[in-house]
Amino acid sequence: MKQYFSELYTGGKSLVEGLGVTMKALFSPIVTVQYPREEIDITPNYRGHIDLILDTGKNTYLCISCGMCEKSCPSDCIKVKGKKMEGEKKKSLVLFDLDFTKCSLCGTCVEVCPKDALEYSQEYNLAAFTKEAFHFDILKRLEERRI
Amino acid sequence: METISILPPELIRMVIAVIIIISFLFLNAIMMGYAERKIAGHVQRRPGPMEVGSHGILQMIVDGVKLVGKELLIPFNVDRTLFRVAPLLSFTPVILPLLVIPFSEKLQARDLNLGLIFIVTMGSVNVMALLVGGWGSNNKYSMFGAMRAVAQSIAYEIPILLSLLAVVLMCNTFSLKEIVAAQQNIWFVFLQPVAFLIYVVAGLAETNRNPFDLPEAESELTAGFHTEYSGMGFSLFFIGEYTNMFIVASVATVLFLGGWHGPHLPYGEYLGVVWFFLKVYLLLFLMIMVRWTYPRVRFDQLLNFAWKYLVPFSLVNLLITAVLVKL
Repeated sequence: MKQYFSELYTGGKSLVEGLGVTMKALFSPIVTVQYPREEIDITPNYRGHIDLILDTGKNTYLCISCGMCEKSCPSDCIKVKGKKMEGEKKKSLVLFDLDFTKCSLCGTCVEVCPKDALEYSQEYNLAAFTKEAFHFDILKRLEERRI
Repeated sequence: METISILPPELIRMVIAVIIIISFLFLNAIMMGYAERKIAGHVQRRPGPMEVGSHGILQMIVDGVKLVGKELLIPFNVDRTLFRVAPLLSFTPVILPLLVIPFSEKLQARDLNLGLIFIVTMGSVNVMALLVGGWGSNNKYSMFGAMRAVAQSIAYEIPILLSLLAVVLMCNTFSLKEIVAAQQNIWFVFLQPVAFLIYVVAGLAETNRNPFDLPEAESELTAGFHTEYSGMGFSLFFIGEYTNMFIVASVATVLFLGGWHGPHLPYGEYLGVVWFFLKVYLLLFLMIMVRWTYPRVRFDQLLNFAWKYLVPFSLVNLLITAVLVKL
């Protein structure tokens, strides 16, 4: 009999406390982000697709067209082509393509690069209607960033 | 004027009242649906509907349009008559109790001298609708939902009736108008706090609301008795549920919270409706908060609670009330 009433008391008390918790949450500020309207900064550790690093001093890429990234890529999604221009000592890039549909974001290309010329981009708004939209021209992306 | 005067005035009054009540019923369902989703959102620290209209205020109307536009699917091998009748059976009886509820001193479609019994009777028809819908759906989930609804209703009708009876003993009438009038000086919630608590808890079970929403338990029974319903069939169940909530809250207001009584207003015999609605929607707010606070009880817990706590307490309460009234 004593247990009957003590259960009623503790049960009732916990129910009222529970209502207090939700009532407090009801008047607390919202913590979710209204995505298309608000965006939060993403962490610098975010690993998007690869990008060529822009050397601000020389205003160009660091890539020497050695093709290490192309060879090391387990998914065969990078295509690099270099050409020796007239009057130049080093090869310059003519093509740097990434087939992002196949990329597994393993990061081997970034690690293997002897000149540390590659970085992860911060892009995450990646949605499109065609497969071709994910064949990125990395060289062109770099040209766009050039001043 | 000529044509109006040959019609019986009582008939015109009833027709107007029914039209107002039915339109109010849809409005109530829309407001409650919006409030439910908005409160659910804020309890979970998210904004709830935000896209359609300012702060999503038109969301429920858009949802309603979508539901009207949907096809009424009738699954293979169901009992077609029962399947079609069930939503109507859930929707129609909830209109009738609103006819006898006194919204204010003069805003009442009809003052039955057995008003309370009428409301309780109509309230139990809803269970019939769940049973018919669940049985007619030819689906094990619906069937389970219907069976649970019936077992639950048997357990919870008794404490509801006993707690209401305590108030009836005190004012010696079943007429809702007279019960409210008897609370001129003091609301019955102060004289009958136990009965009020029992009524609110059992009322939650009566309307199949969380934590007693076993007939539609999403996580166990998909959607329970309305698993197979789409489009307007589903929305009639939905409107029926919200109107049932409104009726339970209004009966609590009429019997315990002093109905239209409140601080004085000009044209008090009509504007008492403001106090009435304020109390009703406060109770409904509480019901929504309860839904988003507590987890669903297990079925044996639900029956234990009804038979071991609510029924004995309401019986003792009734006995004490009877003795005190007699003295």
